[in-house]
Amino acid sequence: MGEDTDATPTLNHHGFLPDHNYVTEADIISTVEFNHTGELLATGDKGGRVVIFQREPESQTEPFSQGEYNVYSTFQSHEPEFDYLKSLEIEEKINKIRWLPQQNAAHFLLSTNDKTVKLWKVSERDKRPEGYNLKDEEGRIKDLSTVTSLQVPVLKPVDLMVEVSPRRVFANAHTYHINSISVNSDYETYMSADDLRINLWHLDITDRSFNIVDIKPANMEDLTEVITAAEFHPHHCNLFVYSSSKGTLRLCDMREAALCDKHSKLFEEPEDPSAHSFFSEIISSVSDVKFSHSGRYLLTRDYLTAKVWDLNMESKPLETYQVHDYLRSKLCSLYENDCIFDKFECAWNGSDSVIMTGAYNNFFRMFDRNTKRDVTLEASRESSKPRAVLKPRRVCAAGGKRRKDDISVDSLDFTKKILHTAWHPTENIIAIAATNNLYIFQDKLSSEMH
Amino acid sequence: MEVSAEAKRIMVVALGKLYSSRTQRGGVRLHRSLLLTLVMKSARDIYHAAQTAAESAAAVCEQHTEMETCAEPSGGQELQSPSSVAAGRTETSPHLLPGDADSHSGADKENTCPFGPAQHTRKRRGKATAEPDFIPCKKAKLECGISPQQLHVSSVLDYVKCGELGPPIPLQTVIAAC
Repeated sequence: MGEDTDATPTLNHHGFLPDHNYVTEADIISTVEFNHTGELLATGDKGGRVVIFQREPESQTEPFSQGEYNVYSTFQSHEPEFDYLKSLEIEEKINKIRWLPQQNAAHFLLSTNDKTVKLWKVSERDKRPEGYNLKDEEGRIKDLSTVTSLQVPVLKPVDLMVEVSPRRVFANAHTYHINSISVNSDYETYMSADDLRINLWHLDITDRSFNIVDIKPANMEDLTEVITAAEFHPHHCNLFVYSSSKGTLRLCDMREAALCDKHSKLFEEPEDPSAHSFFSEIISSVSDVKFSHSGRYLLTRDYLTAKVWDLNMESKPLETYQVHDYLRSKLCSLYENDCIFDKFECAWNGSDSVIMTGAYNNFFRMFDRNTKRDVTLEASRESSKPRAVLKPRRVCAAGGKRRKDDISVDSLDFTKKILHTAWHPTENIIAIAATNNLYIFQDKLSSEMH
Repeated sequence: MEVSAEAKRIMVVALGKLYSSRTQRGGVRLHRSLLLTLVMKSARDIYHAAQTAAESAAAVCEQHTEMETCAEPSGGQELQSPSSVAAGRTETSPHLLPGDADSHSGADKENTCPFGPAQHTRKRRGKATAEPDFIPCKKAKLECGISPQQLHVSSVLDYVKCGELGPPIPLQTVIAAC
C-alpha cells in the first residue's frame, strides 16, 4: 500500500452547481456498489433514484490509460409511499443495492428502500427491427390495400439505448426498516434484513418469503438489541452472518434449522470495563459487516473502529483498527449533534489485504493488513484536481504536535461524512460517496492487485 | 456533581431526540430509539449511583457527628423503618441499580423522591424530627442548590411524560410503541 492514487474527474451525481453550497437532500448518495466484474457501478440516493456508471473500455492507443466511468443509466427505483394503516410515510431512500452475477447479456440488480425490494433488469438495445409489413415506421397499422409486396424485417443499428425495467417487486414482508440485502451464492435466493427479522426470498417468487431469523421479543419492552446488517457467505450458500447493535456477530447455518435464531457461532469481544462511558453501547453497535472475498474473514465497523474477525475465532477480533480515535473524547458533542448515530460502511479490496472505511471531513481511511500501514485521504474538489495525486492527510489531537497541513480535531467538518465506499472487485479502483458527490479514484501505478 | 449534571443533560437530550423522532419522516427508527433508551438508562443509573455515593459520603459524616452528639440508635435503624416509602427508599440507596431498573412495580414510585437519601440525612439528626419527610409527597422536593429546572428533569427519571399526548408512560413502553 502507500501507492499514490489518481483522481479521475469527479463525477457529479446530479447537476451540483459548484458555486453554491446548497445540496438538495434528494441527491445525497445513500449506497454505492460495484457489480461482480467492476464494469458497472451503481449508486442510490435519498430521492429513490439509481444511477449506473459504466467503465469505458481501455483505450487501445494509450495502454496505461485506464477506463473511466461514465453515466450509463438513470432511473427512479422507489417512490415515497404512505402506509395508511400505521399512518406513516415510507421513505424512498435507497438503502442498499446489490448486483446479481451476470448470466446473460442483461444485468440485474436488487435495490431496496425501508420496506420494499425490487429486482431491476438493465439491458441494452442497439438495434431495432425495421420494415414490418403490417405496421409503418411509427407503428400504425398500414392500410392493407397499400401493401403490394412482402418484405422481411431487418435489424438496423441505432444509437445505444439502455433500458431498465422492474422485473420483481418484493413487498409487504417487513414490519421494521430494511437495513440489508444480500444475494446468495446459489444465485437463486437472497435475504433481506430489518431491525428484528431476516427473510429469505427466491428471486422468482414475490408473494412469499421465509423468515429465517426472528429476534423480536415476546414483549417489546424487553428489547435489548436489533439486527444492524446481514450478509451471505460468498461461497457457502448455507451460511450467513448478521451483526447486532450490541456489537456481536452471529454466524448461522441454514442447514441446522428452518429458523436460525440459534447461532452456529457468536463473535463477541468482551467490553473493556475501563473504557466504559455513557455512550459505550452506542459506539459498540456494528454499522456494517462484510465477508472477505475468501470467505475466511469478517470485517465489521462500529463508530470508532474497524475490526477483522477470523471465522475460526469467536472470542475476539483478529485485528482492530482505530479509524478516528481522536473522537473518543468528543462523544458527548457527537451525541448531541446526532453524529454518533452515523452508520459507516466498510470494504475489502479484491485480495483482502486492505480494508477501507469512511470518516468525517470527507476523509476516508485505508488500512493495509500486511504492512500495518494506514493512510487518510480526502475526497473533495478543493484538495484534488483531476489526475492529481491524493495527498495523505493527518488529524492531530487537540494539543498534539502539529505539522503543516494537519487538521485539528476541532476544525473537522462533521457534516461532511463518508458513509458509503466501495472497492472494485479486482482492481485498485475505489468509489467514494461524499454527500451528493461521487468520487472515483484509481491507482495509477498499477491496476492489478498486489 | 459533574457526573450527575452530565447524566442529567444526556437524559434531557435523549428525551428530546426520542420526541422528535416521532415526527420524523419514515417513522420511528427502532435502532436509534433503542440506543437512546440505553443511553438514558445508563445515564440514569450513573446519576443515581452518583447520588448514592454523595449520600453515603454525607451519611458517614453525619453518622460520625451523631455518634458524638447522641446515644440514640444510628440512622441505620431508620433505614429499616417499615413505612412503605422508607422501604422504597431503602431499596434505592444500597440496592440502587437493580432496584431502580425494575422499579416499575413500586407503588409509591411516582412519589418516591429521588432525593430520598438526602432526607435520611436530615432525619438522622434525631428521632424527634417529625415524620412528614417520609410521608408520600405529591410534589418532588427541592434539594438544596437544585434549581426547579433541573428538578423537572429528575422527576422524569423513570417516566417519559408525553406531555400533550397523555399520561406519563414507562421508559420501555416508548420502545414498544414502535
